[in-house]
Amino acid sequence: MIHSLFLINSSGDIFLEKHWKSVVSRSVCDYFFEAQERATEAENVPPVIPTPHHYLLSVYRHKIFFVAVIQTEVPPLFVIEFLHRVVDTFQDYFGVCSEPVIKDNVVVVYEVLEEMLDNGFPLATESNILKELIKPPTILRTVVNRSTNVGDQLPTGQLSVVPWRRTGVKYTNNEAYFDVIEEIDAIIDKSGSTITAEIQGVIDACVKLTGMPDLTLSFMNPRLLDDVSFHPCVRFKRWESERILSFIPPDGNFRLLSYHVSAQNLVAIPVYVKHNISFRDSSSLGRFEITVGPKQTMGKTIEGVIVTSQMPKGVLNMSLTPSQGTHTFDPVTKMLSWDVGKINPQKLPSLKGTMSLQAGASKPDENPTINLHFKIQQLAISGLKVNRLDMYGEKYKPFKGIKYMTKAGKFQVRT
Amino acid sequence: MQRFLQLPGAVVRPGGRGAGAADQEAASPVLAPEGGPPPWYQALQPEELRWLQAPEEDTIPEASLEGPGPEPGQSQSQPLRHDDLKEMLDTNKDSLKLEAMKRIVAMIARGKNASDLFPAVVKNVACKNIEDPNQLIRASALRVLSSIRVPIIVPIMMLAIKEAASDMSPYVRKTAAHAIPKLYSLDSDQKDQLIEVIEKLLADKTTLVAGSVVMAFEEVCPERIDLIHKNYRKLCNLLIDVEEWGQVVIISMLTRYARTQFLSPTQNESLLEENPEKAFYGSEEDEAKGPGSEEATTAALPARKPYVMDPDHRLLLRNTKPLLQSRSAAVVMAVAQLYFHLAPKAEVGVIAKALVRLLRSHSEVQYVVLQNVATMSIKRRGMFEPYLKSFYIRSTDPTQIKILKLEVLTNLANETNIPTVLREFQTYIRSMDKDFVAATIQAIGRCATNIGRVRDTCLNGLVQLLSNRDELVVAESVVVIKKLLQMQPAQHGEIIKHLAKLTDNIQVPMARASILWLIGEYCEHVPKIAPDVLRKMAKSFTAEEDIVKLQVINLAAKLYLTNSKQTKLLTQYVLSLAKYDQNYDIRDRARFTRQLIVPSEQGGALSRHAKKLFLAPKPAPVLESSFKDRDHFQLGSLSHLLNAKATGYQELPDWPEEAPDPSVRNVEVPEWTKCSNREKRKEKEKPFYSDSEGESGPTESADSDPESESASDSKSSSESGSGESSSESDSEDQEEEKGKSSESEQSEEESGKRKMKKRKKVAEGQGEGSSSDEGSDSSSSSSESERTSDTEEEQVEPDSWRKKTPPSSKSAPVAKEISLLDLEDFTPPSVQPVSPPTIVSTSLATDLEGLTLTDSPLVPSLLSPVSGVGRQELLHRVAGEGLAVDYTFSRQPFSGDPHMVSVHIHFSNSSETPIKGLHVGTPKLPPGISIQEFPEIESLAPGESATAVMGINFCDSTQVANFQLCTQTRQFYVSIQPPVGELMAPVFMSENEFKKEQGKLTGMSEITEKLTLPDTCRSDHIVVQKVTTVANLGRVPCGTSDEYRFAGRTLTSGSLVLLTLDARPTGAAQLTVNSEKMVIGTMLVKDVVQALTQ
Repeated sequence: MIHSLFLINSSGDIFLEKHWKSVVSRSVCDYFFEAQERATEAENVPPVIPTPHHYLLSVYRHKIFFVAVIQTEVPPLFVIEFLHRVVDTFQDYFGVCSEPVIKDNVVVVYEVLEEMLDNGFPLATESNILKELIKPPTILRTVVNRSTNVGDQLPTGQLSVVPWRRTGVKYTNNEAYFDVIEEIDAIIDKSGSTITAEIQGVIDACVKLTGMPDLTLSFMNPRLLDDVSFHPCVRFKRWESERILSFIPPDGNFRLLSYHVSAQNLVAIPVYVKHNISFRDSSSLGRFEITVGPKQTMGKTIEGVIVTSQMPKGVLNMSLTPSQGTHTFDPVTKMLSWDVGKINPQKLPSLKGTMSLQAGASKPDENPTINLHFKIQQLAISGLKVNRLDMYGEKYKPFKGIKYMTKAGKFQVRT
Repeated sequence: MQRFLQLPGAVVRPGGRGAGAADQEAASPVLAPEGGPPPWYQALQPEELRWLQAPEEDTIPEASLEGPGPEPGQSQSQPLRHDDLKEMLDTNKDSLKLEAMKRIVAMIARGKNASDLFPAVVKNVACKNIEDPNQLIRASALRVLSSIRVPIIVPIMMLAIKEAASDMSPYVRKTAAHAIPKLYSLDSDQKDQLIEVIEKLLADKTTLVAGSVVMAFEEVCPERIDLIHKNYRKLCNLLIDVEEWGQVVIISMLTRYARTQFLSPTQNESLLEENPEKAFYGSEEDEAKGPGSEEATTAALPARKPYVMDPDHRLLLRNTKPLLQSRSAAVVMAVAQLYFHLAPKAEVGVIAKALVRLLRSHSEVQYVVLQNVATMSIKRRGMFEPYLKSFYIRSTDPTQIKILKLEVLTNLANETNIPTVLREFQTYIRSMDKDFVAATIQAIGRCATNIGRVRDTCLNGLVQLLSNRDELVVAESVVVIKKLLQMQPAQHGEIIKHLAKLTDNIQVPMARASILWLIGEYCEHVPKIAPDVLRKMAKSFTAEEDIVKLQVINLAAKLYLTNSKQTKLLTQYVLSLAKYDQNYDIRDRARFTRQLIVPSEQGGALSRHAKKLFLAPKPAPVLESSFKDRDHFQLGSLSHLLNAKATGYQELPDWPEEAPDPSVRNVEVPEWTKCSNREKRKEKEKPFYSDSEGESGPTESADSDPESESASDSKSSSESGSGESSSESDSEDQEEEKGKSSESEQSEEESGKRKMKKRKKVAEGQGEGSSSDEGSDSSSSSSESERTSDTEEEQVEPDSWRKKTPPSSKSAPVAKEISLLDLEDFTPPSVQPVSPPTIVSTSLATDLEGLTLTDSPLVPSLLSPVSGVGRQELLHRVAGEGLAVDYTFSRQPFSGDPHMVSVHIHFSNSSETPIKGLHVGTPKLPPGISIQEFPEIESLAPGESATAVMGINFCDSTQVANFQLCTQTRQFYVSIQPPVGELMAPVFMSENEFKKEQGKLTGMSEITEKLTLPDTCRSDHIVVQKVTTVANLGRVPCGTSDEYRFAGRTLTSGSLVLLTLDARPTGAAQLTVNSEKMVIGTMLVKDVVQALTQ
């Protein structure tokens, strides 16, 4: 299946290669570089590139291209999914996934990759098993400079019926935290009406419990969830029949559930944006004015508001004054960014000023789109509520915590 | 850069050869220097040995030749370094061995030459470690061995794989499956032997192996579809518990399999598909219901046999559906393509939601999913229509995603949603991303051609775009307008005029060329303007681009033919200019045109037809999706994405005309003699969450009525079979899950109550032995006849737990013995022996009884099933108007169905009139639970009593079975709820087996409770009696005196239930129950504790 993997940085250097079968010459990447050149932007490089003898499948994350080389028919998503799993694993091991970090930890990287595939077919991809096989780097190990990170224990997890959980977990403080995080994806049109809005939610968990706890999590209003996808640990049948999440959790951090609240339900939009962006044909100055205000916030404060907008090519510079927060405009990329912070309903934040346009050029006929980021703590905008969390199979009393948060996902305002 | 390619320190030892090579020769694996051939070779046949030894001298050179050479930068050999690896391999420490092997694998996988380590590995690893007691070491050894890409070891590898394929550990077997493609790529001549191994591993029942072996199957022998038959149902049933990567491979293979084995579920709908025009405009649901199509379908129906979906086909669809909820995009896509290619039209819709969900994922995932959605949305547009808005484009999407979304939006556009779609397109046209704008304009063009109603609107919109400031937008619009106008040129003289005016401003060559072509083609619609345009073009001819020049010549020629009076001179001028053009194409074209249109002495023959040549009516170009017909590639495949056959692509076969024999998938019940240890061992490796048996799916009469099929959503269709006898596997699980939860909530209060009640009854419920005997006799003979009709289904059932239990003729006599010996205050309610589970008639069983009673018991006082609870009331005589009904759990296997709990029902008539026609009325049972009714009791005279036996399959849950008890005149609603201890049957086990099984059922499958035994309850037999009263378990011999062990299996799923009681003389005791069925375990602990502490 997967023959080789090349890691390529944004300047086009292959800084790591790994082969699971025979060695494929790195010159195969030339086809990739060609495509990269043609695409102008990194995100437009086609994920699948055919070459005369191989196929290159790539993902782009953290400014690194992960290019897999395959030789025969294989579902492309299989490879893409695997590559993303590799990136997730690196992140899990090293905290961040970047070129310097990968270079610093090249030993662990190789050891991990070796375990993840056998002859090109995925072998151990669960983080819990991998960590049992290959210990993540710690400061102590770096100091001692051990030559290998291969675990001393035999990886019994691979044999387990619960492959995602390692055995013999022990904690002095038993805790289980669940974060319900919802993101609003929305497109708001010029006049402020919603074109499409949906809520994408996830429940991320951090479970540190001794032994083999069996958890059930129930919701007050499970019918809200229109479409769900589960971590493999969740018992599907139980969800089907009772709408209860019943599972033996992996140890540590994991995503328990992702869900979707459909566009059919009315989605509350917690912010509005008033905008007045105008270019005039005659003058080389344009007017720019944005005000952000709260709407349907269920009494919560909107924080972490950031407004970004890609200005038209014709805009040379902007001179703006914000009523609060800071703003930047990059004249090269034409990216305007305004870090607003909290919204105070009494005094709405605004950003006003002028844009200087290229003299003589006709006015740009497109208006920029405004992208919005924000956070609302202690609120799940869909109204989803966790009813209770119960633990079976273990005697102790765990500490349980649930947090709600709403964020802007792909939130766009067209102007 | 190089630095990063090699692992530093211990991990990478650059594979040196040369210096070390000579020494290595001495250590050739076959020589085995440390005296005598290693035991491992003893398995070899003499010929094979010779074969192995022959090339021994060449081992090293050949190895170095074949093995991939080390990279230049790393060729400094460091043979010393390898010594420590060898040393590590020789140690007794598991971890060191493991580490050494991992390092070697790491080297090999990077293509480093590890051939000098070859002897050490083979000697130390293959020979010793392949027989290591630790399964992980065995697995690693095989992984190392199979990664050595040296042809010399092919026979060794082959043997090792064969060995590992029948290893005890599923993990080792998985590794064997992984090794198969490696060996195949090394030496494809081994194919036949490898296929044998694959066949063997395909029969494996563990989830761990399933994915890997199917992967090996796909790489080695994807054409051997016949190997799948016997394993098809098992694979379907295991699927949900296989790891994600394996799921993808299995689903993809099963899609192909299903295409060869089942009939097309869309047979009856194919008429609709033949009418693409209709399919395009109306959504499918409407159509299926539409009166016209119904007529068509019914008209066609008599000609064909009504379509009935193969239950195995249904099984596949049902078992893959939950995987749409997987977190892995690859799995979701795999299921989606399976449904697209295999499901009846009405059911395909379920995949849309999951696919739309994937659009939230990484952009690469979006890219692949959108490609597939684009293809699907052409064939099945209705499916994605509700999700139209999910395909709306954001300015932050990468261009390639935008263009794909646009494709989908265009495919989804229809008469009703086109206004919204066009409004959305209008926004896109103002985007900064010009490639995207151009694609949008083309999309508008396609909408206009597809949807007649909006053609004019679109055209007007495009014409408005002609005044756009951006030239690219204008140019693209011109090109699209040109195509649209070709469809109905007559009505659009105005637009052509408008376009003609644009020639002054627009500079994009393609657009200019398009305008000129339009004017030339439709010059009769713009008779005044056309010559003027030609005049202007003639003026600027030399400055034009080539493509424009060609169209100027074209225009000139056409005008000359239609309006030679005004344009003759102009044409000649243009042709003269062209004659001296720098581009030879243009010079050629000019010469050609001149000869054609201008009559001359020689060329007269052609010029007479010039008008026909130039002004022939030309068909309008068809604007269609580039994704049309791409579904002849299996969706989700690489080939589909590239729209070209990739290497190794397996064609998706067409549905067969006639269904191949479905019986090939039947699995025979293995013979009793085959119940070896291995069978038992596998028991433990049962899937974790799914406990579905390999039962055949429901026989569904799907699709014979397309209307009802489309009306009922997929959920109901999957349930529709649940009432039928053989469809338990799915609903059963659900039921059980349901049972668990409700039980765990209620059990606290309820089980207590129940126990109290039971205990009271115990005292009463005695002395009905003879009557029950009679009853069971009659019932079992009747169920016997029932059975014959069921035999086929019985055969199909591959996983009945019974086949794993040892013949119970052994346990039956013992049970008998004990119950007579051990019970002081109770006699068993029935003296009927436990009949063997195989179909043995009751009379034979009674014969056996005599035999076994005289036989000396094999293991005295080990097994002690007793009747559990005494009589319980089913119907009080007051409520029953004189009819009193009690029931007992007889603890005998129910002869009709081994999964059923046998319940003895005792009727007594205390009224004055005879009660006639006693039978069970239509039971209303929760899904999964089934009842085998007792034969009708014709008449019960006053004062008389009778006993009947009925079987209830509780599906391993303590759910209530509700049914009606009917007499000729009355109906009584009654219910039976089993105590948890009655849901199991004892099994015989040795102490070692017990310990082994217990070791496998740890973790959450183990429930422990501490208790203090009261003084009254410290003697051996009281404890045994109390436990066996509560639960139908068999005693297991035990070495230590303070421990009691009991074992049983649940009736429905055959899961083991192991109970251990560790009682100290002081009275402190610990009770442990090990069972996969946690709920049963928990409840059992409670019941037993209560019984013991009372």
